[in-house]
Amino acid sequence: MNATLPAYNFAYLDEQTKRMIRRAILKAVAIPGYQVPFASREMPMPYGWGTGGVQVTASVIGPDDILKVIDQGSDDTTNAVSIRAFFARVANVAVTTKTVEATVIQTRHRIPETPLSEGQILVYQVPIPEPLRFLEPRETETRIMHALEEYGLMHVKLYEDIAQNGHIATTYAYPVKVEGRYVMDPSPIPKFDNPKMDDCPALQLFGAGREQRIYAIPPHTRIESLDFEDHPFRVQEFDRPCGLCGATDVYLDEIVTDDRGGRLFACSDTDYCEERRERAA
Amino acid sequence: MSERILLRLDNVSKSFTNHLRGAVHLPVVDKVGFDVAAGEIVILGGPSGVGKSSILRMIYGNYGIEFGKILMRSSLDSQFVDLAAVSPREVIALRRSTIGYVSQFLRAIPRVSAIDVVAQPLRERGTNADEARDLARALLTRLNLPKALFELPPATFSGGEKQRVNIARGFATSHPILLLDEPTASLDAENRAVVCAMIEEKRENGTAILGIFHDEEVRDRLGGRIVDVSTFSARKAAA
Amino acid sequence: MSEAPLLNATAITKTYGSQIGCENISLDIHEGEVLAIVGESGSGKTTLLNCLAQRLPMTAGRVSYRMRDGTTRDLAGLTEAERRFLMRTDWGFVHQNPADGLRIRVSAGANIGERLMAIGDRHYGQIRETAHDWLSRVEIPGVRIDDRPTAFSGGMRQRLQIARNLVTNPRLVFMDEPTGGLDVSVQARLLDLLRGLVDQLALAAIVVTHDLAVARLLSHRMIVMKGGRVIETGLTDRVLDDPRHPYTQLLVASILEV
Repeated sequence: MNATLPAYNFAYLDEQTKRMIRRAILKAVAIPGYQVPFASREMPMPYGWGTGGVQVTASVIGPDDILKVIDQGSDDTTNAVSIRAFFARVANVAVTTKTVEATVIQTRHRIPETPLSEGQILVYQVPIPEPLRFLEPRETETRIMHALEEYGLMHVKLYEDIAQNGHIATTYAYPVKVEGRYVMDPSPIPKFDNPKMDDCPALQLFGAGREQRIYAIPPHTRIESLDFEDHPFRVQEFDRPCGLCGATDVYLDEIVTDDRGGRLFACSDTDYCEERRERAA
Repeated sequence: MSERILLRLDNVSKSFTNHLRGAVHLPVVDKVGFDVAAGEIVILGGPSGVGKSSILRMIYGNYGIEFGKILMRSSLDSQFVDLAAVSPREVIALRRSTIGYVSQFLRAIPRVSAIDVVAQPLRERGTNADEARDLARALLTRLNLPKALFELPPATFSGGEKQRVNIARGFATSHPILLLDEPTASLDAENRAVVCAMIEEKRENGTAILGIFHDEEVRDRLGGRIVDVSTFSARKAAA
Repeated sequence: MSEAPLLNATAITKTYGSQIGCENISLDIHEGEVLAIVGESGSGKTTLLNCLAQRLPMTAGRVSYRMRDGTTRDLAGLTEAERRFLMRTDWGFVHQNPADGLRIRVSAGANIGERLMAIGDRHYGQIRETAHDWLSRVEIPGVRIDDRPTAFSGGMRQRLQIARNLVTNPRLVFMDEPTGGLDVSVQARLLDLLRGLVDQLALAAIVVTHDLAVARLLSHRMIVMKGGRVIETGLTDRVLDDPRHPYTQLLVASILEV
């Protein structure tokens, strides 16, 4: 015990809480896509800042892990920097911005462009875990619907999209079916990232702190994005390469560069972009 | 004669009990018994209020009865069925297969055109929509209903116009037993003659016809056997 | 006339504590047959309907149904999945208040298409075509297909609810005061539409209504209820024109004639 610092346990959470969360994670891994309730704790940050993801990370991280935290693909936004600093302090773990070096990656709203590999864990911060809530607000009812595989409503939502916009206009939090069974909300990642979840060698864990739910995609799980026969699922396409590294086939952010309408389209994944530029240099 | 009978009433009694007036018992008819054979016209006679219309309604299943049998069959080689003893579903089936009824007043259905009112019973018996409407059009034309009215709902028609729609509806199908409740009451001489001709055609085709006709001229023309309902009047006995 | 009924209810009782909802009610309904349940508020007619439709657990009694595969099942023995599947394929339920039976926040087309998508239809174009067809069958202009029910009049909403129920060609539809709360002229149009649909599709229907005119126009047979019990039953026009029970006589005598 250190007499001068408050007595934090390793990774902030007490061991009993971590065991409870790990049990929930094990159950989630055993039933891919199923939302497991857990007793979410008060964290030293407000809801909406990733309290679910932080609790999952805190429960799986060990002293030898190397942590990367991204927010919308970027390692250097407030949220990412704060969470990284939080774990560096309460768990004293090594941190990195490089996807290939990381063993645990906590993310908000993106999947890294660099393919993940076996042994890595991707932890998603989830605001609303229930994909059916849009049309069915009753939790009692949505649970029955999951239990009975009644997923017609998801297509009602997609139908509505096409009817109102001429195409499926849902571009993020695009619903997926996990291993042919549970329909899952992949958190607000762009649908561009949906194919990366399919057959991914890394373990994917989802934590919703306010909603007190954990769910998971074990490695090499089949993930299908829902669609219609005559309106098949498609990812976003960009008509230009990254303005910084020249990458095609990546998800781009639009950056305003000056006050005269100047715009730059650049990789949303900052680590990926830097790596490419370093290699080119 | 008896092997030609399609309809037989046997010892039929009917009364009303009005519970809203201290359960006052109103006898209508008592021990009614008569037959109607295929190809025969039988006319119910007697002063008004004696129970003629009630008898037709009893045969149609619209009024229940206390005693007796109402035997009917759809053809000369089929079994008699006692309408008074069968379930509501079977009454509906008998209405479809065996008994046709032209009531005194047309019960208008909102928004349904005259031609469809007439075609409906045909369609219920399986005739396709176009054929049923063609037949309905022919009947309404024969009854001199103005063509402009064919596609209008009869709710706003005059009494005579409604009556002709009602007659066309009753005559469209070929039920083996046909009940007619004063079909000519509100018609002019020309249309009365048309209706008489239609009734005669039904008789020639072997339909058993039971009717109420107040008009002497019609009665004379049809020349059917008259059954005097006042002999069954329960009121007389009660008085 | 010996064919087995579509639905059979035997000795249905529903109590709310010591209060009787409905008591010892038995009935049959056959394919293509319309049964009206009439009575005043509190007579137990809606309780009975909800028990028959498996929306309310019964205190006693049993309901059996001849499924599409021809087997007759005691509905208490269905799994939850089977029960829900039955309710959204072979059955329909039309609520008095269309908002209870519609998804108010999605378009008319999606409301009609929902049942199709629930049973696995995954072709947008075909779902939309079917929705279009049903809109015209319930007399809603096709151009309204992408409008939400919130933009519809009461009569249109009720017609949309009916279309949404009929899209899977159910054999049995439960209706709870389908014309209640509508203006008289709108009521007449809806009744006529219902009559036509019931006829064309050879639907069986159980219709709860306090309006004897609705019962006369739509139903073949009727049941009169009072205090949770059946007091008179029979052919609709027979019950209305020759009522036996004092209460039925009172009901019939209370109709205003126009």
